[in-house]
Amino acid sequence: MSGVTRYIAQRLALTVPMVFILVSVVFLVLRIMPGDPVLAMLGGRNVSPELIAQKRHEMGLDKPLHIQYTEYLSGLIRGDLGRSTRTGKPVAEELVSRLPATLELAIWGMLFAAIFGIPTGIIAAVRADKPSDHLIRVLHIGSFALPIFWVGLMFQVIFAVKLGWLPVASRLSGRFAFSFQRVTGFYLLDALILGDKEILVDVVKHLVLPGVTLGLAQMGFLGRVTRAAMLEVLDTEYVTTARSKGLGERLVILRHALRNALIPIITVFGLQFAMLMGGAVLTETVFSWPGIAGFLIQSLYYRDWWALQGTIAFIGVFVATVNLVVDLLYSVIDPRVRY
Amino acid sequence: MGRGLTAWLVRKSLFRRFRGQTLLKVGLLIVLSFIAMAVICGPRGGEEYGRFAGIPPYNPAKSYASLPRLSPPTAKNWMGTDHLQRDVFSRVLAGGWAPLVVAFASIALAMSVGSLAGWISGYIGGWPDRALSLTMDAIYSFPSMILAIALVAVMGSGLVPMIASIAFVYVPTYFRITRAEVLRVREYTFVEAARATGASGTRILLRHIAPNTVNAIMAVSSFNIADAILTEAALAFLGYGLPPPAPDWGFDIQNGQRYLQSGYWWLITFPGLAILFLSLGFGLVGEGISDLVNPKRRKR
Repeated sequence: MSGVTRYIAQRLALTVPMVFILVSVVFLVLRIMPGDPVLAMLGGRNVSPELIAQKRHEMGLDKPLHIQYTEYLSGLIRGDLGRSTRTGKPVAEELVSRLPATLELAIWGMLFAAIFGIPTGIIAAVRADKPSDHLIRVLHIGSFALPIFWVGLMFQVIFAVKLGWLPVASRLSGRFAFSFQRVTGFYLLDALILGDKEILVDVVKHLVLPGVTLGLAQMGFLGRVTRAAMLEVLDTEYVTTARSKGLGERLVILRHALRNALIPIITVFGLQFAMLMGGAVLTETVFSWPGIAGFLIQSLYYRDWWALQGTIAFIGVFVATVNLVVDLLYSVIDPRVRY
Repeated sequence: MGRGLTAWLVRKSLFRRFRGQTLLKVGLLIVLSFIAMAVICGPRGGEEYGRFAGIPPYNPAKSYASLPRLSPPTAKNWMGTDHLQRDVFSRVLAGGWAPLVVAFASIALAMSVGSLAGWISGYIGGWPDRALSLTMDAIYSFPSMILAIALVAVMGSGLVPMIASIAFVYVPTYFRITRAEVLRVREYTFVEAARATGASGTRILLRHIAPNTVNAIMAVSSFNIADAILTEAALAFLGYGLPPPAPDWGFDIQNGQRYLQSGYWWLITFPGLAILFLSLGFGLVGEGISDLVNPKRRKR
């Protein structure tokens, strides 16, 4: 086995039990806690006990706990996450159809965070302890302290309601609902495929506010990591060497320092992805964005157990996979890393 | 006398270390003002709020027939009124109580449970340590906001479920810090020396290892409180906070969301700013503490 394969195998050997533990904890918590999904589904009071018993039987809730658990696990392995009691469709299907929306939002959020976070981090490091550094640091900490849902709502009030520049919510204007064709589920790509300029503009307009909302909190995080990593690198001897050879400051910073500072920055991208999903829950709720995170909240409100269990397992696997991929990316960026 | 002098010197040096710590000072100022505000304007039992007459100007939980409905900020109602003819300014003043209590309680709980588990797990080692670490990593890697929301949703809304769910999310943070520190510290010669003199395992843990982990824990907790305040606000926003009509910033923002399309900006702007500044305060304190604790960064 080559080094990389062995490393992947090792990481998987750790990731699989972690996901297993997570899924089991969720299963147990949902059953221990009060709140009956059958009653929630049937609408509470005035339901005959026979009907409740029948529904329980249909959903397999009358079986002993350990049988439910094994059935649940074997379903998980086959990719069967059960059926949503709210929509009546298989949970896996619901999630797959919603994944592109969440990913599209996450990519824009990340992009915004990188475009504003990394350069400000570099400037802060280069001008360490000068007023501009202090200002940027405070901005970064401030972006941490932003309540995401509030930022989204403020954007809606200012840019959608008061100024009318951008739409309030959703992914596409209603008037395009019929001419739009869903191919990949990434609306920006779909609009490009369709080749309709009007729809493209509309899709982009809908992406701006949620994307910036989600990206803002990540920006500070990325900026801080960039600043710290740059400070570390700027202190090294090879940077001094580069300067003493008479290289321009811009070249030293961008070519010599930044490249090495990028390694910890990339590491953080993996960590950040979990944060991003957390932020997506609130962003999707505020902007009625039809993604996975919004689906989770809907499932919670309706006590839709299967959907809830399935979504959490799905997000768990997803985050673990992203972390694994980021880890593997190291070797591409940093040739010193060998597995 | 010698004792008093030492204490004085320590205080003096600590005070000197404070000099130039603008971030820490500003952060502390913000945090202390919010705490004072919560104490002065918070609930007094029943539906009554505030320790002094006239502060907050109106009862934040009560509708006033004399107040206009959904009025923008005026000289009388500085932050406007809401749909139930309540004074928004009074609600903002009194609403800091819940986030502060939830944040402090949950982080304290997470710190106690997580650190204790980390100390013990790191000290014992072997398979219990490995199993516990894996479980903690599983929880840690999962998006904390989603976990907190899911937990509070199954536990029900209110103060205690919010504290429990936020605490649960942060247990792994303290577990990991403490465990790593224990693994580092236990190799030191002074621990070995203690063992050689015949000190018991518990004694080594409590007297020699535990004190060494305190620094690392303190630096993180302030950032976590800042984060917990945002989480509390998000939970309240989603409807899992204090039962109405109690003032709670997050929930007030949810109420304001209904009137967003009408452009009634004051309903969401002011509670949101309060959340932002409170969280920012703790963030600045955390930044200041890590500057203090970390001499390498202090130089920068």
